[in-house]
Amino acid sequence: MTKTVAKQKNSSFWERNRKSEGYLLKKTIMSIALKICRFILLFGMCFMILQPIFNKISVSFMEERDLYNPMVIAIPEHFTTENYRLAAELMAYSKSVVNSLVISFTIAVLQISVCTLVGYGFARFNFPLKKFWFACVLMVVLVPPQTISTSLHLHFRFFDVLGIFKAVTGNSINLRGSALPYYLMSAGCMGLKNGLYIYMIRQFFRNIPMELEEAAYVDGCGTLKTFLRIMLPDATPILTSCFLFSFVWQWTDGFYSKLFLGNVRLVSTSLSRIVDSLAAYLQRLQGTTVTPTVGLVDCILSTGTLMIIIPVLILYLFAQKGFVESLSSSGIKM
Amino acid sequence: MKKQKNKLAGLQRRKAIAGYIFILPFIVGFLVFMVKPFFQSLYMSFCTVEVGAGNFDPVWKGIDNYIRAFRIDPEFTRLLTEEISRMVIDSLAIMVFSFFVALILNQKFKGRALVRAIFFLPVILSSGVILGLETDNSLMAQVQVAIEENTTGISITAAVENILRTAGVGVRAFETVFEIIDNIYNIAISSGIQIIIFLSGLQTISTSMYEAADIEGCTKWESLWKITFPMISSMFLVNWIYTIIDFCMRSDNEVIDKITKVMVEQINYGFSSAMTWIYFIIVIAFVGITSFFISKGVYYYD
Repeated sequence: MTKTVAKQKNSSFWERNRKSEGYLLKKTIMSIALKICRFILLFGMCFMILQPIFNKISVSFMEERDLYNPMVIAIPEHFTTENYRLAAELMAYSKSVVNSLVISFTIAVLQISVCTLVGYGFARFNFPLKKFWFACVLMVVLVPPQTISTSLHLHFRFFDVLGIFKAVTGNSINLRGSALPYYLMSAGCMGLKNGLYIYMIRQFFRNIPMELEEAAYVDGCGTLKTFLRIMLPDATPILTSCFLFSFVWQWTDGFYSKLFLGNVRLVSTSLSRIVDSLAAYLQRLQGTTVTPTVGLVDCILSTGTLMIIIPVLILYLFAQKGFVESLSSSGIKM
Repeated sequence: MKKQKNKLAGLQRRKAIAGYIFILPFIVGFLVFMVKPFFQSLYMSFCTVEVGAGNFDPVWKGIDNYIRAFRIDPEFTRLLTEEISRMVIDSLAIMVFSFFVALILNQKFKGRALVRAIFFLPVILSSGVILGLETDNSLMAQVQVAIEENTTGISITAAVENILRTAGVGVRAFETVFEIIDNIYNIAISSGIQIIIFLSGLQTISTSMYEAADIEGCTKWESLWKITFPMISSMFLVNWIYTIIDFCMRSDNEVIDKITKVMVEQINYGFSSAMTWIYFIIVIAFVGITSFFISKGVYYYD
């Protein structure tokens, strides 16, 4: 049955080809060649992106001697989960994961709610100096936080509100090392890449038809109520993507964490210190100064990185469809 | 009655006030955490800051810090030129790569969702500290060098490189190209957002344009340059700026590394501010000049 259909199709294909003077054949061959090229390219690039992760997975299950064995490439000969135990101990894993979860989650919620308000304000209201303030948003996107990091450092080291604390206690407060400054900054839209979120959210709100809101106003809805009841539910896709961005970037962020949250154990900071902690651990174990071997360092580093990536990876797997599609269809436009 | 009389003015004013209330958090945050530190750090870059108990006082030193950065400090100028040239080459490569990938990912084929997910994965997985880890580690760098030395025989790019080098034509140009090829992984993992931006631009182009061009006898190649390219040219501007800014934020940036080290370990706020300002001004000037030229070529459809 299928054969006859195929044959029929085939014959008609050649017939059509003859009628079009070879054009059809040429076009089909071209499109097949294009498909093959595309497949090879995409496969190669996907492999390139995924390969380090696979590599880390296989290394993380190896014993140290497997690393020096040239016969062992991907599948460990001596399977072990010892690396995970050691990495978890070095990073104080359970503690830092809980800390990171709490901080990333609260910061992301705070940042996104504030940025939504601001983005909505820019998208839907007309007020004097609007262009000026929006230029300021763009400036926030443009100025790398490193430029002001020195000053922020001092700002929070000697923190004071209009000299009140100094008048009362005779001294300013040292806020460095606590998480408070970062919450303050997030509440003021100055967190990590917050300008970008404002920009994206504004862009999204601008694409929602005005009539929706006008109808709500006519029916007697106030400004705030319109925002909460009508606009927010529509904006869920962009808000989820921004929330995910914010959460993940906060999770892996090293810059602000080092600047403000030095005393709080976070996954990102413990990961960047893991090699030093390994050396200290070995020293404690053996009583003398030892440099950890290259293989062991590699092992622990891969394991630690994997352990940090995994929570985010799970999040991404659940959310990726909405994530990528909503972002690419909502349109980030200038 | 009274309410109705100045209704229009009242409504507009009410809306303006509501708008200001909505963006109030930004204004406060901007003034407190941006403007003040911004000027303070500019001021400090001309000073020596002495940190005492409970206070700090900057002592005016003129342009001493700047002179020190350029003339005295042994590694700053070297790091600066290295980072800037790396930025230019990498950003160009990222633009080309992400445009190309976005073009492919915009076509229809089986498993597109999967491929998109994989390409977008690096945005998440190689942000922040994770990116800098492997380059940070000096031990790992040694191993990498050792591995590269042992495996030159089987690498195709190395073989091609050797052939071209012996040919001796335009060696410098080749070397830049090979540098980019060696860097392709870095470029791929840092172009996630750019791909998304290009994709969103590509999706706004209406298909009727391509149909019309097709009927007129335009080939795919021609319509790429005559339709796709001008239509998303504004995205090039956005992406270019974003790429450069993103590059400044990366944790494997050596200039930033040095600045943080001077600030946190040596507690030399004045010198680190001066270095930050030098870096910032160069980058902003670069962004400004290049985006001026790009924006000349940007075509706006409406």
